[in-house]
Amino acid sequence: MSASVLFDSPGPRTRARHRIYSVLAALLLLLAAAWVIKGLDEHGQFAYAKWEAFVTPSYVQALLVDGLLKTLEMAVLAIAGAVLLGAALGLGKLSERRWIRWPAAAIVEFFRATPVLLLMIFIWYRLGINEDSSGFLAVVLALTLYNGSVLAEVLRAGINAVPKGQSEAAYAIGMRKSQVMSIVVVPQAVKIMFPAIIAQCIVALKDTALGTAVLAPGLMYVGKAIYNEQHNQVPTVLVVALLYVTVNLLLLWLATWAQKKYVGEKKLVVPMVGAAAPGRPA
Amino acid sequence: MDFLTSGYDAYLESFFYTLMLFLVSGVLSLVLGTVLVACRVGPVAVLRVVGGWYVTIVRSTPLVVVFALFQFAAPMLGIRFGWVQVHIGTFDFTSFFAVAVVSLTLYTSTFVCEALRSGINSVPLGQAEAARAIGLTFGGTMSQVILPQAFRASVPPLASALIALIKNTSVAYIFGVGEAVAQMRIMTNNYASERPAIFLTYAAGYIVIVFVFSFFANRLEKHWRTA
Repeated sequence: MSASVLFDSPGPRTRARHRIYSVLAALLLLLAAAWVIKGLDEHGQFAYAKWEAFVTPSYVQALLVDGLLKTLEMAVLAIAGAVLLGAALGLGKLSERRWIRWPAAAIVEFFRATPVLLLMIFIWYRLGINEDSSGFLAVVLALTLYNGSVLAEVLRAGINAVPKGQSEAAYAIGMRKSQVMSIVVVPQAVKIMFPAIIAQCIVALKDTALGTAVLAPGLMYVGKAIYNEQHNQVPTVLVVALLYVTVNLLLLWLATWAQKKYVGEKKLVVPMVGAAAPGRPA
Repeated sequence: MDFLTSGYDAYLESFFYTLMLFLVSGVLSLVLGTVLVACRVGPVAVLRVVGGWYVTIVRSTPLVVVFALFQFAAPMLGIRFGWVQVHIGTFDFTSFFAVAVVSLTLYTSTFVCEALRSGINSVPLGQAEAARAIGLTFGGTMSQVILPQAFRASVPPLASALIALIKNTSVAYIFGVGEAVAQMRIMTNNYASERPAIFLTYAAGYIVIVFVFSFFANRLEKHWRTA
């Protein structure tokens, strides 16, 4: 931490003091952990019977195939849809024609400011709550609309982050606007946007858990079925959390790698909902 | 628009719960987030590592799972919030509300922590070096030079984290808090033919809250940018 902005590299006496703090902090944290473990143990949460389901092949298969796989399926479909929608809305917001730009902006702001859960429930009703696949579709469509609107802003920020000289040079050698965009600006912008798109995958994957409110399949759904049968709520939710965290950490690692490889130190600034839009690129 | 004429009060009351969830867990998230960021950038190695783990793990967990875990595990640790019995006029804040506030706080504080940390990281090292070179003490460096700049740079990501919190309060509906989405479900059951209008009316409520908050966050950011 010698490069920290907050404090100088400590000398020997300060280091000794920090060691004491470290030991005290570790003791406190251990006490807290012991308190949690003792509380759970007193309620028999570590008994083998509570965990047996997770070493039983049929349950493990249900968790991984009906749970994780369905969750990933919903997330992948939603992100694929969101990328397409985001591209359409993002380019719409960058259009020179007002009648394209304003509706696109209104759609983006609407879906960015509305809770995904509300969208999900509404779409679920529209599809018919008694249909078999309506929960699944409601999650995919709601996440497509929400993440598509976020990605539209990401696309705009990415295109704004390409130096203006690039498009100016392209116009100067006689390219049309569509050529400037497709040959020069967008390929560079995609590289800058890549980490943000992966970060949005994490958001989409986490939001699939909201599907529990519309009876969609997925990890939470299977988890609920398991703990209603086995009465092992805490172990089940812990296992479900572990599966989500594992996948998300892999994505996070991918995003960090992409940031290092394609972007470097520069950070993409995506304006918040309702912020006055910064100027369009020429 | 039958639902609005007869359910106007219920509509406003449900958004009052949403706002209260946002305000209480927003303030607590700012507090816990500040504690977390102090752990993460502080000199004590143990806190740095544990703070980092906490933020990474909780941020990767869906909010619904955080809610479920807290709701199931807290009673086993003796945390029941039986003492939360606040009644203001027609509004009741009970243990359901408290569980929602704690879950939202545990989750949002990690995003607050990351927002503040990005602010601290945005202050160039030369600023601290220059402050020390002219003889400012540690306290002086922090209060006069580093933190004012760090806090200004944190405003946009902080505002984004809190806007996400406004929308995330809707998850409390799944866990039995009678906020806006819960009230919306009651209305969609009672006035089945008016569902699109009901949906749009409730979406409008959230949009108004988000835009008002965003307006003030923007004003603050512009004000401080020129200062």
